[in-house]
Amino acid sequence: MDFEDSPEEAKFRSEVRAWLDANAKPRLRREHGDPMDERTDAGAMQRAREWQKTKADQGYARITWPKGFGGIGGTPMQSIIFGQEEAKYDVPAGSPFAIGLGMCIPTVMTYCGDDVKQRYVKPAVEGSEIWCQLFSEPAGGSDVAALKTRAVKEGDTWTINGSKIWTTGAQFSDYGLLLTRTDPNVPKHKGLTMFYLSMKTPGVEVRPIKQASGASGFNEIFFTDVKLPDSQRVGEVGQGWQVALTTLMHERLAVGGGQGGGLDVPQLLQLARELELEDGPAIKNAAVREKIADWYVRSAGLKYTTLRTMTALSRGQQPGPEASIAKIVVASKLQDLSAFAMELEGEAGVLAGDDAPMHGAFQGGWLGAPGLRIAGGTDEILRNIIAERVLGLPGDVRVDKDVPFNKVPVGR
Amino acid sequence: MNFDFSDDQKQIKDQARKFLSEKCTTKNVRNLYTGSGGYDAGLWKQIAQMGWMGTAIPEEFGGLGLGYLELCVVAEELGRALAPVPFSSTVYLFAEALLAAGSDEQKKRLLPKVASGELIGTFARSEGPGAVTPKNLRCSFRNGKLSGAKTPVTDGMDAQYAVVLARGSEEAGERGLQLVLVDLTGAGVKRRKANSLDPSRGSAEIVFDNAPAEALGKPGEGWSAANRVLERAAILMAFEQVGGADQCLVMAKDYAMQRYAFGRPIASFQAIKHKLADMYVGNELARSNAYYGAWALSTGARELPLAAAAARISATQAFDFASKENIQTHGGIGFTWEADCHFYYKRSKQLGLALGPQRAWKEKLVGELEQSNAA
Repeated sequence: MDFEDSPEEAKFRSEVRAWLDANAKPRLRREHGDPMDERTDAGAMQRAREWQKTKADQGYARITWPKGFGGIGGTPMQSIIFGQEEAKYDVPAGSPFAIGLGMCIPTVMTYCGDDVKQRYVKPAVEGSEIWCQLFSEPAGGSDVAALKTRAVKEGDTWTINGSKIWTTGAQFSDYGLLLTRTDPNVPKHKGLTMFYLSMKTPGVEVRPIKQASGASGFNEIFFTDVKLPDSQRVGEVGQGWQVALTTLMHERLAVGGGQGGGLDVPQLLQLARELELEDGPAIKNAAVREKIADWYVRSAGLKYTTLRTMTALSRGQQPGPEASIAKIVVASKLQDLSAFAMELEGEAGVLAGDDAPMHGAFQGGWLGAPGLRIAGGTDEILRNIIAERVLGLPGDVRVDKDVPFNKVPVGR
Repeated sequence: MNFDFSDDQKQIKDQARKFLSEKCTTKNVRNLYTGSGGYDAGLWKQIAQMGWMGTAIPEEFGGLGLGYLELCVVAEELGRALAPVPFSSTVYLFAEALLAAGSDEQKKRLLPKVASGELIGTFARSEGPGAVTPKNLRCSFRNGKLSGAKTPVTDGMDAQYAVVLARGSEEAGERGLQLVLVDLTGAGVKRRKANSLDPSRGSAEIVFDNAPAEALGKPGEGWSAANRVLERAAILMAFEQVGGADQCLVMAKDYAMQRYAFGRPIASFQAIKHKLADMYVGNELARSNAYYGAWALSTGARELPLAAAAARISATQAFDFASKENIQTHGGIGFTWEADCHFYYKRSKQLGLALGPQRAWKEKLVGELEQSNAA
């Protein structure tokens, strides 16, 4: 048992380091704050696209993908090693491309023909085209398959009407993967069909959603008589749910990988050192120390769980299900730890941004945490997934399972 | 990245699990609940024949000299089976104290007997309710004689030898403390069987009245040596706790799948599913922290105190949670004497307190964090 690279991994790591040294500058500091607040001004986007292109030219943009699709046909472990090394350099985070490359494009690669793959994969990997995922709706959140957006076929053309919501990055996306209802007369999972479309197609309107934190990472999308050719269908008619599962399988890996804006025990320790409480320095307070220990063991437990998963990959094995605990642990810890830090700050805890202690890091974490507990599978859905897929417990009783979608009872 | 046990170590674990599933069912535990206490001598003998006590004891002292990673996987299986034997007292504490502080002669005299299972040993630190601190320890060791009282001492009725933390000089605080080796069958030792919350792990109150004893290690180093021993034991015991917590999840799951209420298995209700998912999360965090402890233990890394504290806290929390929610999942039947659930509930508390409570380990953990951050 050790934490060392295998000889092949060490060799790859040194290649990556040499390449990064030649193409980027080391990172000096890390920013902390709201994990749901992704900065997307034009300058930041331009820098992100340029860095993405640089990586794609080297085959480092999607290491596990085949050559010719922006990858080098590498192992998952090589992809992890690149990520570890890249994080030490002052380069744009890959977040604008994460959904497209992590979820949409793998779906396209699974279900579309060669002509479509040739046209769309490379620009996505190079960062010149960005994709978003158009699944969730006002009436279909955790229950995605309850979506209502209709696609009706006439001749070779589909007409789309409806709306989507919580779409990350739609404001700067060029393409979207769109899940629609094509047959309301069959049970909900059976009447769905997937399409891809340009976000500039006439009838598509993107409106940003202002979040509780004030940031706007999500959007609402409206479709009014949007016309799509049948050639933009992904998978068979009525097969949309199976196609969506391919996408969603990738989603939880992508979202769960984040560590809640980097705000964790070290920052809490720093705050506790700086603050005076009623009985002296906060770091000497027994209640504060007990809390720090509790969160430390959760963070450390998660860190070493990740290393166990990486070990399986490194040994060429299928990782165990333990990685599924990450987002549940991270999101609620961020919320609790941030709230506790604000409690320590006392009345100054009501301030935000640069007026608050440590530039408002904990206020940012606290404001973003509710979103993190919901996005990409709520805490509750993730517990269902662990219960059903890891522990093998029965699925819930589904009262709508065999009922035609248009006969399923709805609330408001 | 190689942060997992090797195939050989996993094989040892599988063999241990297979052996214990045949030789140590909850019937063995129940026998001790209804009998006169003590430990399962038959099981102890069989474990000795397999050489488990000597897993990490070097060959020169009669052990197998395999190593601590091998001992960790055995510990997990002993914990899963709730093995009612004085393994932790003898192997994680007594043998570790000898290895940490003993002279070559002491190791040669006693460790082979530990490895062969002839000798049951224990470690006596607490002198009553409240925290154990250098200030409040009263046992005294002068001119080769030990006097004072220790309670509770796990396996104190069954052990032949104890390592005792005592005051060896007039020097104040930890500078006056000393580890002492004492023959519990010798003169000047009075033992009383104490009522134990977990009757499958016996406890004693031991009174020493000028009992002949010998120094173990140097005067003034007793406190730091005891802490080193506790850290190592905490990691090994964390594996027992992880094994026990895992078994609670298996029991809760099995019961929830079989038990029907309101026309369906209770395992299909989200109230139960989410409870079991939370058990799984806690158990996996504890397992990962324990693995890090195992790495530190096997390599003697300087992170060992921090790794031990994290493994200890995480495993204690996981076993506490899993054992109480296992009872809750079973409902009323889980609270009966006939069901096995209470064995785990009690063992979780026994293991969670025997090396000191979470409070003390949390204090240690943050102290370590402060030091590592100050550097």
